[in-house]
Amino acid sequence: MFAPEEFVSTLTELGITHVVWIPDTTLGQWDAALRVAPEIELVQVCREGEAWALAAGLYLGGAKPIVVIQCTGLFESGDSLRNILHDYRLPIYGLIGYRSFLNAASLPGDTCLKFTEPVLDAWALDTVFLKDESMKPQFAEHYRKCTEQQIPGICLMAEGAA
Amino acid sequence: MSTPQAMPLAEALAVVHQYRADAVVITTMGAAREWQTLEPHPKDLVYMPSSMGQGPPLGLGIAIAQPDQRVIVVNGDGCMLMNLGCLVTLAAQAPKNFTLVVVDNGVYEVTGGQATIGHPTKRADGQPLNFADLARAAGFTEVYEFDDAESFRFEHETLHEPGPVYIVLKTNHQTKDISARSPGPPAERIEDFRTSLQS
Repeated sequence: MFAPEEFVSTLTELGITHVVWIPDTTLGQWDAALRVAPEIELVQVCREGEAWALAAGLYLGGAKPIVVIQCTGLFESGDSLRNILHDYRLPIYGLIGYRSFLNAASLPGDTCLKFTEPVLDAWALDTVFLKDESMKPQFAEHYRKCTEQQIPGICLMAEGAA
Repeated sequence: MSTPQAMPLAEALAVVHQYRADAVVITTMGAAREWQTLEPHPKDLVYMPSSMGQGPPLGLGIAIAQPDQRVIVVNGDGCMLMNLGCLVTLAAQAPKNFTLVVVDNGVYEVTGGQATIGHPTKRADGQPLNFADLARAAGFTEVYEFDDAESFRFEHETLHEPGPVYIVLKTNHQTKDISARSPGPPAERIEDFRTSLQS
């Protein structure tokens, strides 16, 4: 959806200092551009639960992080998300890749399509869903809104084949 | 089988408390409970309620954002087992201002002392899981182990060595009062903590 340089420039305009992530097939296309982005530090973790906590620490230390993970990582990281975003009410923002939404050819019957949106609803987070290219500007708009209101937020981004 | 030497948790934490200087100290589970009996500090984060295993990444984030601020995370062995991957993340980031203290008593103390899967009774070889070796395998080079408080006190400078530092403290399983001790509302506490980091 976002070209690599386009994603980096968007994050830079938003003032994001750290991308805490685990790449998937789609998100991983931003890897090279993020690595050379002068104003952004890429912090890779081993499992997605770490990402919310690490981003929380960055925020507490005065940085402006964003969590970038696939929806499968959202499923895995529920307890950490619950703790950071609900117990401690820290305004951490996450961009979550929605596997198979645009193309389930490589994973027919991918249950990500069944569970991603209900799980996000269950976590009661302010969410914007980018279903196609025309909706891309909503990411920055939503991030700014959540930042202004000091609330957590999620951008769910449709992905193609896994 | 002889009982391995270990120290009381309170004595272990007293050393961290005495020699923290201006460090951020994040405590989890049994250590978080015990830490509340000590004199509080604005840079304390009693990580309760927690997501077990996420104390080290939380501290790592602070250490990255504030490279001149020493961050000490006091984690339980049960918490470590829930997120061993964080050792790899920490070793990759290699923050010089970060110290991970693992309080190893082999049990989930706050739930009544059930043995962890790292306890000798749960392992095929009958030996306790070696948390120091796990850290070395992940890439830590500054790794220390203490099984008595006086040795730890004597080597207290390890807390502030160029990191990432990893310290295993072998502690006794506490069997007296282990009831929950609330540190207060989490959202309010963490805002105070955040403020202390900005000042």
